[in-house]
Amino acid sequence: MDFSYTIYILIIPIFTFLFLGFFYNKIKPIVSGWIGVAALSVVAILSYYTAIQYFLHVPKVDGAFTTFYGFKYNWMNFTETLRIDMGVMIDPISVMMLVVVSTISLMVHIYSRGYMKGDRGYTRFFAFLSLFTFSMMGLVVATNLFQIYIFWELVGLSSFLLIGFYYEKPSAVAAAKKAFIVTRFADLGFLIGILLMGYYGGSYDFMTLNDINGVAISNWASHSFMGLSVITWALILMFMGGAGKSAMFPLHIWLPDAMEGPTPVSALIHAATMVVAGVYLVARMFPMFHFVENGYALHVVAWVGAISTLIAAIIALTQYDIKRVLAFSTMSQIGYMMLALGVSGYYEHEGVGYMASMWHLFTHAMFKALLFLAAGSVIHSVHSNFMQDMGGLHKYMKITSITFLIAALSISGFPFTAGFFSKDEILLAAFKHNKPIYFITLFVAGLTAFYMFRLYFSIFWGKKTEYEHTPHESPWSMTLPMLFLAFMSIASGYLPMTEWLTPDRVGFHGHVNWGMASIAVAVGLIGIIIAYVFYKKPTNYPERISKAFGRLYQWTFRKFYMDELYLFITKKIIFKRIAAPFAWFDRNVVDGTMNLIGNSTVRGSKLIKGLQSGKIQDYALAFVGGVFVLVLIVLYIW
Amino acid sequence: MIEGISIYEILTLSSILFFVGLYGFLTRKNLITMLMSIELILNSSVLNFVVINKYLYPNMLEGVFFAIFIIAVAAAETALAISIIINLYRLHTSVDISETETMKY
Repeated sequence: MDFSYTIYILIIPIFTFLFLGFFYNKIKPIVSGWIGVAALSVVAILSYYTAIQYFLHVPKVDGAFTTFYGFKYNWMNFTETLRIDMGVMIDPISVMMLVVVSTISLMVHIYSRGYMKGDRGYTRFFAFLSLFTFSMMGLVVATNLFQIYIFWELVGLSSFLLIGFYYEKPSAVAAAKKAFIVTRFADLGFLIGILLMGYYGGSYDFMTLNDINGVAISNWASHSFMGLSVITWALILMFMGGAGKSAMFPLHIWLPDAMEGPTPVSALIHAATMVVAGVYLVARMFPMFHFVENGYALHVVAWVGAISTLIAAIIALTQYDIKRVLAFSTMSQIGYMMLALGVSGYYEHEGVGYMASMWHLFTHAMFKALLFLAAGSVIHSVHSNFMQDMGGLHKYMKITSITFLIAALSISGFPFTAGFFSKDEILLAAFKHNKPIYFITLFVAGLTAFYMFRLYFSIFWGKKTEYEHTPHESPWSMTLPMLFLAFMSIASGYLPMTEWLTPDRVGFHGHVNWGMASIAVAVGLIGIIIAYVFYKKPTNYPERISKAFGRLYQWTFRKFYMDELYLFITKKIIFKRIAAPFAWFDRNVVDGTMNLIGNSTVRGSKLIKGLQSGKIQDYALAFVGGVFVLVLIVLYIW
Repeated sequence: MIEGISIYEILTLSSILFFVGLYGFLTRKNLITMLMSIELILNSSVLNFVVINKYLYPNMLEGVFFAIFIIAVAAAETALAISIIINLYRLHTSVDISETETMKY
């Protein structure tokens, strides 16, 4: 099968970026918008074509999907096996990600034509979107750890540029810096992990590393460090990079602040695509995670995911900024994907967690992007991020309201929506392998339903708010992508993912486990009903409940003081106790030594410079005197 | 070998010549006079070469050759020095050594 055309999936966005970037001043905004949409349409068509070819038409080998290289360029050779390639790798999860990224990116491009209308940086915005699309595509089709790392940093850069898009706003600049520094710090772990993996695992190539009979997996026990295999350490460090990018606890602090960026950016980068890169990385290295040291690293993944999902869901209950609620919801759902990977097995039905994670990634991308786009539509017409300023919007914005409702139902796992199917599989996997995590997952499902419908009811129903300008429905360019994503929020649940996305690539026939599902649905419905009672009409229940929780509510409202904790650690401990002494040492001892040498030279030369008087006869006298002394020495002392 | 004159007398003469030249070089303020002093120093060394050759190695000629070379070099050096002094004179309209003290710290 020839997949060589897949290279254009990368080439088109990067050229769009360069074109829009170089001819920034020469292009009319409307033209640049259409160029972006057209380029992305081509990319999306290519991605869909690839997916159809790969999943439906390519013959399987021994019942399993095989890996293809659309393009492979041998870049650097270190040893026979240790080398860096640049290429396009086609396998089930990369094809799935191609579809996700291109779909969401295309929808966001179309949406942005309406949302960003009249903005001064319109062309710049589309250029950055293209750069991001290129980086993300490169990340998902990476053939080896180094390529994924390069594109990993590139998506970090695009994220930085787009969060700081309104660079005149200090809060946006601060948020951009925070996101970059936190993820960069996590990527330090990723880099060390990659280097360890290259040294002890002998390869960077995914195919070689993940070969379950290969050297890297079978020799994991050959070196150990502090009671764990070095390979396990490498995997944990790589997961640290993934946790930073995917906003897992405790590296999640950048994600809520990243909402300073324009809303379409939040939908594309901080909900659907870039933040799932960590999940994708773990899935990419899944055989290693699973087989090395009996899945020790995978256990870490599972618990980090479980803790993140719980903490994020609790924080989301109390926030008032609708984008921040969605950000914490994203973090919570990514925690779901992580824990699903963490509890997954490898063969056949055992691989249900992996499959559920990838499926949830797919469905989550659809409904979470939709939630953000709908929130953007609301913000667009109300000009505020806070739900206190909203209420009763249903009668003004019918399409936004209905699409938001569909997405909210989907994320709450309402029967026959996409979220229902993928969440059911996650619960099933957790139930089979790890009971404590199962109960956390179930509890979070209830919380998710509650905070989503808290959001829904207080935006679109609830109190009648007086608006300065009567809110109006957004233009077609904004509602059309929302309608498409609403359709996908339901339809993506009916794709046969169980046959496509299993870790051993053989696939199995999935079916809804009604016993599991009914518990989850019941929990979700309880959440929805509580939200209905609290927020459908203005009541004083929320205040009474929050009073009842007292201190705990304060803690949650302030996001468990994580930001303050980070500030305390960086400012009070690292800056003051470690960096300041080092700075003192540098300024006084290191610089002091150099200054001493310089100053004493200057002072010495000042003392003796009078000797160079310019009078030839002085010199001659000194010379004669010197000779005279030498003669005396030779004659009498020698 | 000169009758009635020992090598010590001639070497004493050349020493006197040398120190006169040295004294002149260190004390005169006129550049031309200083140049003349240098010539005196050179001549004292030439005298040494010739005398030592004549008195100690009467069958050899190396000292005499050296004397000729030194005279030639002294002529060249004088030409060079005079040209420098002429240029200095054009610049300062004087040949006083105190005019040439600008090259210092």
